[in-house]
Amino acid sequence: MAKEYPVKIEAHNFNFHYGAKQALFNINLSIPERRVTAFIGPSGCGKSTFLRSMNRMNDLIDGTRVDGHMTIDGVDVYSKDVDVVTLRRRVGMVFQKSIPFPKSIYENITYGLTLNDKVTKTELDHIVESSLRKSALWEEVKDRLHHSAQGLSGGQQQRLCIARAVAINPEILLMDEPCSALDPISTGKVEELITELKDSYTIVLVTHNMQQAGRVSDYTGFFLMGSLIEFDRTRTLFTSPAKKETEDYITGRFG
Amino acid sequence: MSHPFKRTQTRPGEWIAEWSIRLVASVSIIVIFLIFVFVFREAATLFTSKADTPASAATSGEAASASDLEPETYGDADTSMMATTASDEPDVYNPDVQDPTAEAGEPGAPGQFIYKSKNPKYPEIYNPDTGILPEDIDDETAEVASSDTVKVEPILSRLAGDTWQPVGENPKFGILPLITGTLKTTIIAILIGAPLGILAALYVAFFARRRVREIVKPAIELLAGFPSVVIGFFCLVTVASFIQDATGISYRLNAIVGGIGLSLAVIPIVFSIAEDALSAVPKTLREASLALGSTEWQTAYRVMLPAAAPGVFAAVLLGIGRAFGETMIAIMATGNAPLTSLSPFEPARTVAATIGSEMGEVVWGSEHYGVLFFMGVLLFVFSFGLNAVTELYVKKRLIKKFQGR
Repeated sequence: MAKEYPVKIEAHNFNFHYGAKQALFNINLSIPERRVTAFIGPSGCGKSTFLRSMNRMNDLIDGTRVDGHMTIDGVDVYSKDVDVVTLRRRVGMVFQKSIPFPKSIYENITYGLTLNDKVTKTELDHIVESSLRKSALWEEVKDRLHHSAQGLSGGQQQRLCIARAVAINPEILLMDEPCSALDPISTGKVEELITELKDSYTIVLVTHNMQQAGRVSDYTGFFLMGSLIEFDRTRTLFTSPAKKETEDYITGRFG
Repeated sequence: MSHPFKRTQTRPGEWIAEWSIRLVASVSIIVIFLIFVFVFREAATLFTSKADTPASAATSGEAASASDLEPETYGDADTSMMATTASDEPDVYNPDVQDPTAEAGEPGAPGQFIYKSKNPKYPEIYNPDTGILPEDIDDETAEVASSDTVKVEPILSRLAGDTWQPVGENPKFGILPLITGTLKTTIIAILIGAPLGILAALYVAFFARRRVREIVKPAIELLAGFPSVVIGFFCLVTVASFIQDATGISYRLNAIVGGIGLSLAVIPIVFSIAEDALSAVPKTLREASLALGSTEWQTAYRVMLPAAAPGVFAAVLLGIGRAFGETMIAIMATGNAPLTSLSPFEPARTVAATIGSEMGEVVWGSEHYGVLFFMGVLLFVFSFGLNAVTELYVKKRLIKKFQGR
């Protein structure tokens, strides 16, 4: 599987525990570079947990434990000498709920940039414009860059969050159900955006919406009860699934 | 006329509950309002009383009003301060005694009148050599009164003076030293208390592990309910000695010690309100910031704190209110000397401490009494103004600055 493209992220016998409860069981998976990979599955199947394991967002939860390996470019992200902050700068993330910071639109985008590096005003202006253009928001907000980001609509806020993640120029973009709170028109815009961004970024997408996975992804993994049931090219998975559970799920027999 | 929405049942229980809530709420609002009315009214006597008693300088004013009162009050109010042994023999010069001339006529034992040495004015009225009281006490009162009438200035300009000496024949009600004292201790308390409270709130809200948080948070909040007299005692005994040993300041009790004491009262208030405000910031905001590759500290400082800015600001404001309103710690730890000085190493006396320590001994209705209430009004107006300015102006700018709205 996925041999046609260089492997960016690889999980090997990856297990994840929330305290005593095991959430992921022996996940083995290779995610190709500069493609869109989607994870589908019913609620609570572990797809979001797996996504959040990639940039170690699960570290924020008390009492979690991992074993096995999760590598990005061959480096185990859970090894002792990994700096989580640097890791997260390379692995950007967009959340289910759009959460702009209570700052202006401009500051929302420059936030990640000004954290560690000294960046000149001209560079900042340039990056703000280019990331807003990439996330198809520039035309809508260019006249009110210094207004609060919380005045934007839900769809605009979500695209702002994508722009914010893109601004720090990560290699990987993790998206945790980015469209679940959006209306169909905004969803369409975000999906268009994902397709455009995949030339430059490795995108991993978690979605409840199987049509969305079918529309935007190149590869799809199906999770059930903490296990990866099947992982294949999206077209193959949706047209001729190898496992019975996958077929039941995508044909709507359950889930 | 029957329709499906016809009222068929009455709900007397709900009716009673609703109206009792309204009643209780209105009563408590009225009570609060009446407190203000009363405080303002008592303070107003300061400005109106001049009409009834033109010579309202304290001695005559107090003596006049005191003559209607119990002998004890008279002794407490003024004379006990003038002459310590005089209160042992109140009968000798008490104007309330049935037949003053009979008693005043007999020569008192010379040693009993400290007047002659302590008070510069009395030697002229009494005979210092014989120590004999003048025949007519009323004359004496009138004489003092008339001599004061000449000196009486408008009350406002006297309030602006820099000497607080409320007892004596020529009392001075300059509240300047009290105001500088209040400012000094409040500023010190806030400079210490606000950063510590906010940092503690940040720590507990974002950095502490759950076990630590469960211990630290209630511990600091417990301090908020700590009797201030205990904090005052702690400062009086321990902090004062420590500060003096460490710095060698000549005054053991000074504005710094008082400020530290007040900050112990301010920290829990700032902490618990700021912590509530910080915890109320959505956790998702923190995740979003961390996912952009910021450290915990950058997240706390650049995202969470601005997001909670109005709440944190309110916390500091309540801290200021507590610091300048706090009485017992200020009485015990500041040294209580009404000096008009901005030096933090000198003793200070706050407005609240002055009201707290003098209200119990003041003659009801006297000028001193009016001045104390006037200072109460000042405290009220100050805190009211502080809140109003914040609400109307600062908060808006703060939100604009930190949240880009």
